[in-house]
Amino acid sequence: MNTAVLPPVSELEPEVLQQIDDCVERWSDQEGNLIMILHEIQNHHGYVPRESSLLLAEKTGVPLARIYEVLTFYHYFRLVAQGKHHITVCNGTACYLKGSARLLGELESRLGIKEGETTEDRLFHLETVRCIGCCGMSPALVVDETTVGKVATTEVAGIIEKIRIQEDTHE
Amino acid sequence: MNRNFAQTWETLRHGITIAQEDTWIRVGMDSGGIAAGAGRLCERLVTEVAAAGRQIPVRRVGSYGYAFADPLVEVKSADSPPTLYGRVDDALAAAIVSEHFGRGRLLDGHIIGSRRRGTVINEPVTGILVKDTSLDDGDKTGFFKDSLAAELAEHGLADSVQTVGALDLGIYDEGLAVQLLPSGVTYTNVLSRDISRIVTESVKERTVLNHLLWAQPDPQERIVLRNCGIIDPECIDDALRHGSYEGFVRALTAQTPEQVIDTMKTSGLRGRGGAGFPTGLKWELTRQPVADRKFVICNADEGDPGAFMDRSVLEGDPHAVLEGLLLAAYAIGAAKGYFYIRAEYPLAVKRVQMAIDQARQRGLIGDNILGSGWDFEAAIRLGAGAFVCGEETALIASIEGRRGSPEPRPPYPSVQGLWGKPTSINNVETLAAVPWIVAKGGEAYARHGTEKSKGTKVFAVTGKVRHAQLVEVPMGTTVRQIIFGICGGVQDEVPIKGVQTGGPSGGIIPEPHLDTPITYENLSELGSIMGSGGMLVMNENDCMVDVAAFYLKFCVDESCGKCAPCRAGGYQMLQLLLKIAKGKGTPEDLALIRRICQAMQYASLCGLGQTAPNPVLSALRFFEHEFLAYIEGGMPYARKLKKAMAEGRNLKDVV
Repeated sequence: MNTAVLPPVSELEPEVLQQIDDCVERWSDQEGNLIMILHEIQNHHGYVPRESSLLLAEKTGVPLARIYEVLTFYHYFRLVAQGKHHITVCNGTACYLKGSARLLGELESRLGIKEGETTEDRLFHLETVRCIGCCGMSPALVVDETTVGKVATTEVAGIIEKIRIQEDTHE
Repeated sequence: MNRNFAQTWETLRHGITIAQEDTWIRVGMDSGGIAAGAGRLCERLVTEVAAAGRQIPVRRVGSYGYAFADPLVEVKSADSPPTLYGRVDDALAAAIVSEHFGRGRLLDGHIIGSRRRGTVINEPVTGILVKDTSLDDGDKTGFFKDSLAAELAEHGLADSVQTVGALDLGIYDEGLAVQLLPSGVTYTNVLSRDISRIVTESVKERTVLNHLLWAQPDPQERIVLRNCGIIDPECIDDALRHGSYEGFVRALTAQTPEQVIDTMKTSGLRGRGGAGFPTGLKWELTRQPVADRKFVICNADEGDPGAFMDRSVLEGDPHAVLEGLLLAAYAIGAAKGYFYIRAEYPLAVKRVQMAIDQARQRGLIGDNILGSGWDFEAAIRLGAGAFVCGEETALIASIEGRRGSPEPRPPYPSVQGLWGKPTSINNVETLAAVPWIVAKGGEAYARHGTEKSKGTKVFAVTGKVRHAQLVEVPMGTTVRQIIFGICGGVQDEVPIKGVQTGGPSGGIIPEPHLDTPITYENLSELGSIMGSGGMLVMNENDCMVDVAAFYLKFCVDESCGKCAPCRAGGYQMLQLLLKIAKGKGTPEDLALIRRICQAMQYASLCGLGQTAPNPVLSALRFFEHEFLAYIEGGMPYARKLKKAMAEGRNLKDVV
């Protein structure tokens, strides 16, 4: 990876510096804290920026390679910024049997992106998840923080349109 | 053991009103309920109660298990038994306050009847629930209800006995069913001519009509789910009021760790995470080694797609799991415990953290717990979306902050676990059963279940089933009893093809084998496993080649890549399956798939790789004809089937 394009750690935004300092401070006396610190960084930024990892390596003495080993192993961690609104299709078995693949296909064609991608206007990010444990309401979608259950393929357009209208009125 | 149990127990519960309230509203606020709108409903109920100028406490509780009827609201007024309402919307919430509480009227069409059915009528009948349980077209509930109301009116009982349609009585395909309130006496296969006898004999004379009586005991036994849907999971006082931590206080004040281990051995409890290792033995093996530190871990990395038992327990009764962890730590001699919870379960994480914080405030966690001189700390570690981390050694690596790669065993974690120290890892459901066992005794638990598989097991029944829900049944119950007796059979009357248990590590139990009693041994003979308790109903519209590929793809995605049999074997097998699903397969492919399966089973390092072939082998064992049909039919057949699946049509019509 090319590190030359990145700013030296000392030139990072003070706010980012502070957040990582706080995290490291809070977890410093706990064994095996790396994953928990990464969770906090991702909760803060929505993903784990490379600069934070560099700084984290410096602060904790954990080699950058080790940090990236963990980041790339676990599905939950993201390395790039995501779109503003997240649409997550549950791909658990119950949802799969009840047509989650059809839902995903509909979302992909309506948004013009594949699973794991973000729309060009950075408005939508589409992803799948193993199982959200709401099998009683399958097939289910998570739109931002809200779970929508028993979704019919015909409802997909409405769900997308509602967010678009919200965004338009905000502007 | 410096103080007696009664004294310590009383001190712990000091300041808590132990007497049960006689009026309350409980809203099922688990992830499922909230997704169905329980949060908004809760606010609405609080507003309505305030607007009506009444003082009714509205409490949040976990899931009672009836996922099909979310959101659930249970209500209790001073002069009547609790009533459970399902599929509650805003209008019904308003009616609950104005009608149920305001005028003592039961609301039509939303009541879920009690499973604690009575056999005697001791009190005057105040209400009759009616439900047409027959599976044929045409719901006769309304007609029957009107006839019953007319008959009651003729006897001048219209004002004292209400008749309402029920949402569900937990009885299926037994004609018209009625449940008398408050006794819970339930009649089935009721005909119009029985109406007058029900009114004259049962309502007026309080005699039970034995020829109509539904006398079958409830197939469910709630041990793990004892407090789910009853206590407020975010309030330790409510948990203590319902007897949480009694087992722990009893053990801490009056029992040695060895005695606790003996109790667990007597109970016969086996690990509920899948493998079924005896819990008492695991604790003993972890207690034996001499070490400066020991650990207990609660494995809450419920990764099986289609399973939500652990989530429901953590969200509904986190104190039961925490108490179980405390008991495990006490028995083993551990001073530190971890909850390893999926980050995808934010509500469970929040409620477990609250349980830990509140237990610390009460002196149940920390230094010198309840004056016993014993110290214990508990903390949460988040999973990050890796199925392999359900495997013990990978889970340990993850808690240590590393990537979740499994290690060869032995050494087992009981000897060399977290940071090289003896560690006991127990599943959520196992730990939730422990407090009950310690409080009631090992023998009490061993009375449930079968000779080798004792106690109860929680299953999350989903898929093509009429009423998806959480059930807890004694071991030895058959799959058919669960699907048809408790969950109401199949959805839309499409015949059942099989039931998948054990998720990506399990197999499919085909329809002819549904009468097998569920035990660890029986399921393994059928090529499946108990697993953590997901139970997926598949019907004739589900293609087994497709299902096998679905599960295998899951394991291929989740393989950590450390050992070749799993990394390469899984991938190659998936390619063969996809080739068959495109209609390009040959009979030799099936033989090759079987050989790869065998290699993976023998040579993979950890449980994930060893069990990944199970769904494929199971599909091949019971549904080989479906694979052969693809091979024989070629690409035209594959295209036809794919189209039918995309349209959700009955596959039988296609082939």
